[in-house]
Amino acid sequence: MNDTIKMTTPLIAAEAIAKSYAKGEHKVPVLRGAGLKANRGEFISVIGQSGSGKSTLLHVMGLLDSPDVGEVLLQGQRIDNLNQQARDQLRNHVFGFIFQFYHLLPELTLLENVMAPLMIRYSMLEYWRRRHEIRESAMDMIGRVGLGHRIRHRPSELSGGEMQRGAIARALVGRPEILLADEPTGNLDSVTGGEIMELLNSLNQNNQLTIIMVTHDESIAAQAHRIVRLAQGRIQTVAHEEAA
Amino acid sequence: MYKLLLCIRYLRTKYIALASIISVMLGVATMIVVNSVMAGFASEMRDRLHNFLADIVVESRSTSGIPDSRHQLEVVEKAVGKFVAAMTPTVEIPGMITITDPYSGETYHSQVQIHGIDPKGKALVGPLQDYLDSYNPVIEDGKVIRPPLRKPDDPLGWELTKEAAEYRKEVKELTALQVGMSQPQAGIQSPDFDDSEASPDDNSSADSAATSPAPDSENNAAVPGDLFGPPFAGPGQEIRTDPLPARVYVGEGIISYHVEDPDTGRHKKVNTNNPGDDIILATAKTSRPPEVVNFTATIVDTFRSGMSEYDTSIVLMNIEELQKNRGMIADGRDAITSIHIRLKDYDDAPEVVARLKSAFPAGAVNVRTWEEKQGLLLSAVEVETAILNVLLFLIVAVAGFGILAIFFMIVVEKTRDIGILKSLGASSNGVMTIFLSYGLGLGIVGSSAGVAIGLIFVRYINEIETALSWVTGRKVFDEKIYYFPRIPTLVSPWMLFFVALGAIAIAVLASVLPARRAARLHPVSALRNE
Repeated sequence: MNDTIKMTTPLIAAEAIAKSYAKGEHKVPVLRGAGLKANRGEFISVIGQSGSGKSTLLHVMGLLDSPDVGEVLLQGQRIDNLNQQARDQLRNHVFGFIFQFYHLLPELTLLENVMAPLMIRYSMLEYWRRRHEIRESAMDMIGRVGLGHRIRHRPSELSGGEMQRGAIARALVGRPEILLADEPTGNLDSVTGGEIMELLNSLNQNNQLTIIMVTHDESIAAQAHRIVRLAQGRIQTVAHEEAA
Repeated sequence: MYKLLLCIRYLRTKYIALASIISVMLGVATMIVVNSVMAGFASEMRDRLHNFLADIVVESRSTSGIPDSRHQLEVVEKAVGKFVAAMTPTVEIPGMITITDPYSGETYHSQVQIHGIDPKGKALVGPLQDYLDSYNPVIEDGKVIRPPLRKPDDPLGWELTKEAAEYRKEVKELTALQVGMSQPQAGIQSPDFDDSEASPDDNSSADSAATSPAPDSENNAAVPGDLFGPPFAGPGQEIRTDPLPARVYVGEGIISYHVEDPDTGRHKKVNTNNPGDDIILATAKTSRPPEVVNFTATIVDTFRSGMSEYDTSIVLMNIEELQKNRGMIADGRDAITSIHIRLKDYDDAPEVVARLKSAFPAGAVNVRTWEEKQGLLLSAVEVETAILNVLLFLIVAVAGFGILAIFFMIVVEKTRDIGILKSLGASSNGVMTIFLSYGLGLGIVGSSAGVAIGLIFVRYINEIETALSWVTGRKVFDEKIYYFPRIPTLVSPWMLFFVALGAIAIAVLASVLPARRAARLHPVSALRNE
């Protein structure tokens, strides 16, 4: 792993993360000292079998979960031990999440879903002041994922691929630095999944977006700069891909 | 912002929540209807009590009264004159009425409160004229079956209406004929009664007729009985058809009863006696030891104050005759037992009461406002309303538990969405706010709907009552029982406000627990919930 440590501080680093879940009386260890670093603009795949702890690693890095042991560093600053409010703020400003099951809010239209992170970010007064700006940036982001004609639709009226594009738009509308993707193509057919991967790749290349993607699909994982293999809660290998 | 948006969306899309809204709504509507009707009853009752009692009543401690009414009125005038709009002296004394059915001859007694009044003075302290039968039309099923016998501007007094006088003449002649046939030589001045019973009355009426006090002379001129001249069918003797000097307004409940018509099932009022008939009153003289005095009086009119306690027990009588019969007039000065006072502004009552108490010799009189005099009755209504409110509020509280259960369900259903919101950076407080404001929204919607339904129900309560009576086949609100022609209602804005506020508060309180649970959900476990 030495060669990944450059002289510059990585954008995000998870160091020696251990995490176990209580299952009845037993503690089931999920992560046993896994670490992962990502530099700005990197596209990393984390690959592993079900139960290898890859989603948990992603959640810990995105501050959705806290590690039992280990640290998460954002530009060298420890962030996993911050108070709840600061963690909420970081999730809103720094991280964008996309999930296998898209997780759009069913009561809201596509546009409202995409606007949600900004609604959360601003107080009601502030939102009212910036409502045009917010709407425009949401429209812009929806346009970039190619759903400009679907803004009034509810998630239930969209196809799987459209929902995932919507989820990507939502994840990116707040201009995050890191996109955490949990099996983004896991529920899509290969063609649609390919489209989503194309979108992610272009975002990575054109916008220097740092992406950490969890998947169990080797061919999907291969599209990243770097593949991290996770098994039984530990990093097994770090495969290098030449940046195209 | 997302909180408000989601809250509104949930309100619009989660129809299960309507179940809890309905329970809140029904609770609120019921509370409003019950409170309005109770307040309507209470205020109607207060009005009736108040009207009959005047604002302030000064009563002598002894039933013998305090002598010299003129002087007492001066004392009052001097003490609180500037507050007083009107006052009238009265004599109030328990007594017994003996009623004889003029046709069947059956006699029965009942205990009454005899109030000696001056009708003109009484009318100044309360709406006496509105109560008297002869000034009001008789209405049955919304139709006027008898127009008022007197015009509204006819002066109040003790003379018979034309109809009553005719009736009296008819009855007297008929009785005289009967008596004449069975006992040709009997005195027939009061032929309604046995000779033994009637003899003292004969004396008193003869006395009065001889002395002919002021109101009588006026009456004699007005009584139309004389116009008919001597009856042609009489057994040779003169039949006296002019009313006796003692005249009374009888509470209609004393001389009438209700029967159910077997054909129509409708309640019908049957009068045992009518204006123009004579009754016997007995009461105590002021002498010591008290002696019973009895005298015959002519019913001039009946009154209906709307308070059944009064209408079944009070006999209003001309004060001079009552004073004379009880021996309350000595040395040209008459004694009275109470003074009824109407104030210009009832807010002055406490001061007036205090001043009057010090104006009279200590221990001689009780000075009370009408509210103090009827305190028990009024507080009974208040207690009743309070208990009903507690019970109904419990119903709304039960609705609160419904909200609690449904909210827990909704939180479980929304677990994933809560995880999503947290992954987007929503704070626990933000998530809690969504569900709290959802509860608030439900409360507001539910209580607004409840207020609307309640108000509509109150507005159309009489129509609803008619419809219900028609459906169930029996009268839901029987005016004969409750004494009101329509269900009285009174909607107080404060009551509306507090009922709605209470319901909203309960909805919010019920959503606290589910909202806390939602806020505490761990984002990962929430997201994992597929």
